[in-house]
Amino acid sequence: MKRCWLCRAGLLLLLLSAALWLYWPALYRPAIADSVLPMSPAQIERGAYLARAGNCIACHTQPGAPEYSGGRRIATPFGDVYSSNLTPDVDTGLGAWRAADFYRALHEGRSRDGRLLTPAFPYPNYTRITRADSDALLAYLRTLPPVRRAPRAAELRFPYNTSLALQLWRRLYFRPAEFAADAQRSASWNRGAYLVDGLGHCNACHARRDWLGGVRDSRAYAGGEIAGLDWEALPLTREPPLDDAQAGEWLALLSSGVSQRHAVSGPMAEVVFHSLQYLHREDLAAMIEYLRSLPGEAQTPKPDRINARLLQTLQQRGEQVYGEHCADCHGEQGEGKPSHYPALAGSRLLGSPSPANAIRIVLYGGYPPSTAANPMPYGMPPFRPQLRDEDVAAVLTYVRSAWGNQAGAVLPAQVAKR
Amino acid sequence: MRVLAAAVLSLLLASAAAQAQDQAMAERLKPCAACHGEGGHSRDEVYYPSIAGKPQGYLQQQLRNFREGRRHNTVMAELLAPLSDDYLRAIAAYYAQQPPTLAAREPVADAALLARGAKLVREGDAARQLPACSRCHGGQLAGVQPAIPSLAGLGRDYLSAQLGAWRSGVRQALAPDCMAQIARKLDEAEINALSAYIAALPVNAQTRPAEHPDGKLPLDCGSVP
Repeated sequence: MKRCWLCRAGLLLLLLSAALWLYWPALYRPAIADSVLPMSPAQIERGAYLARAGNCIACHTQPGAPEYSGGRRIATPFGDVYSSNLTPDVDTGLGAWRAADFYRALHEGRSRDGRLLTPAFPYPNYTRITRADSDALLAYLRTLPPVRRAPRAAELRFPYNTSLALQLWRRLYFRPAEFAADAQRSASWNRGAYLVDGLGHCNACHARRDWLGGVRDSRAYAGGEIAGLDWEALPLTREPPLDDAQAGEWLALLSSGVSQRHAVSGPMAEVVFHSLQYLHREDLAAMIEYLRSLPGEAQTPKPDRINARLLQTLQQRGEQVYGEHCADCHGEQGEGKPSHYPALAGSRLLGSPSPANAIRIVLYGGYPPSTAANPMPYGMPPFRPQLRDEDVAAVLTYVRSAWGNQAGAVLPAQVAKR
Repeated sequence: MRVLAAAVLSLLLASAAAQAQDQAMAERLKPCAACHGEGGHSRDEVYYPSIAGKPQGYLQQQLRNFREGRRHNTVMAELLAPLSDDYLRAIAAYYAQQPPTLAAREPVADAALLARGAKLVREGDAARQLPACSRCHGGQLAGVQPAIPSLAGLGRDYLSAQLGAWRSGVRQALAPDCMAQIARKLDEAEINALSAYIAALPVNAQTRPAEHPDGKLPLDCGSVP
């Protein structure tokens, strides 16, 4: 009898401490004071610039619907969520939100009614946004035409749709934080860190996520598969780090979508189209300065483990296909045409261990974005109507191992899956 | 004399520049040519319609419809996603300037089917408030500037697939969506008959969109300014 009392007490104590561990951050919540929104034209313009930098429009606009009116489906491994209406409609948008409400959403991931927001809204990044920037953002959003469009409820699977799951996720991966400048570093480095880690939420795609969709190290930009989008985000950090010429190429890529040797494609083309092309050159340079300073992982090529004869067959057929369909634009030696067609020799996208992006681009083609510097880009045709899976695999095997490239073979079965 | 030479020279230069510009545009539109053919002359009308010579406004609107999800094709949507409205306008202008495709037509032996199709296309069905196709798309079905497309030149399977998609709501246009209203009144046999009739119509170099509609349009269409 006595022993059972003890185990009950022990169990109770265990439950209590688990609850305390889980809810402790929620109990300790400093009050957020309200403020009067800045409404000067200069501040609203700054808010518009910040909204560009955060690429808010991309998730908060459903194609074909009014800008910022939300409702776009965001696919996650845990189910679908739908973006909210950021226009100042009182009932369905942000019309009734005070400056403090908006800051709490960015900073703590809580809605106006206190409800926890799903981290598809990247508040682990936005928590670093300053109060002044938050206010400027809301001031800008207030100037949009109000659109009456009720946000659609999330369709997450059990148990991810429970508030306990969300609470647990937050306990594991999220702490409200403020951006802390590093006094050892330059002002531009700190500006870059603020934009990349915070508003720019680059690690929403460019970080490896664990099985719960969490990012352990907020400054790891090793790249990885983008959840729900069948694309792979390339690593943003390098070993050895970027040299000055490469950093110059990056600056051109982020501002215009193309550089002498490269072009952005897929989801990144949309990021440049909606967001990065509008950023000041100093801000883009600051972002690159910051990323260059972070440690990267050296990429070690893995030897192909497929049958040597099959490899040879693929490479030979691939060389033939390349001559017929690719060499006109990408050059006999994979050198490309500056600013028109990317070089394939030394291409990071082709050299990635996963051939996912390369397969997609060959099958479905693509354009880099229209930008002020490159309004009518040249593009890659979709080859799915013309080439068989075997030929796509062969040509990719060839270009991934030619001209000094050292990535692995691509098999027809990998192409057939897409 | 010198003035004349200068005038001739500048004309030549201008036309050479225009040609170079056209070539640069064709080069930029290689991704389009992969399916719709060089200059918009398709070699496979079943899946990929010829787009050469269609009215610019129509083409531009379709590009936007694909980009904004009113028409559904993943390849089209992904290609167009990062392209600006200005670029879409230039693409539409390029294809609108190309001569129409003089593809082999699809003769149909079934005279009753053709007659039924011809009646629908030329007269419609007043009892069901179904206007004749030619009322809007022009007597030659060659389209009307700037936004009504030609039907002559399209393939039979493509035509019936589009009408089917409109009827089921898969294909949409800007509201009021007049083609959806029409397609919903058609049954499968009628779609088959009019597709067969249109696909058999001859197309020649004069099959170009008319400048103005022939009288007031019978329906209100969001895509027609």
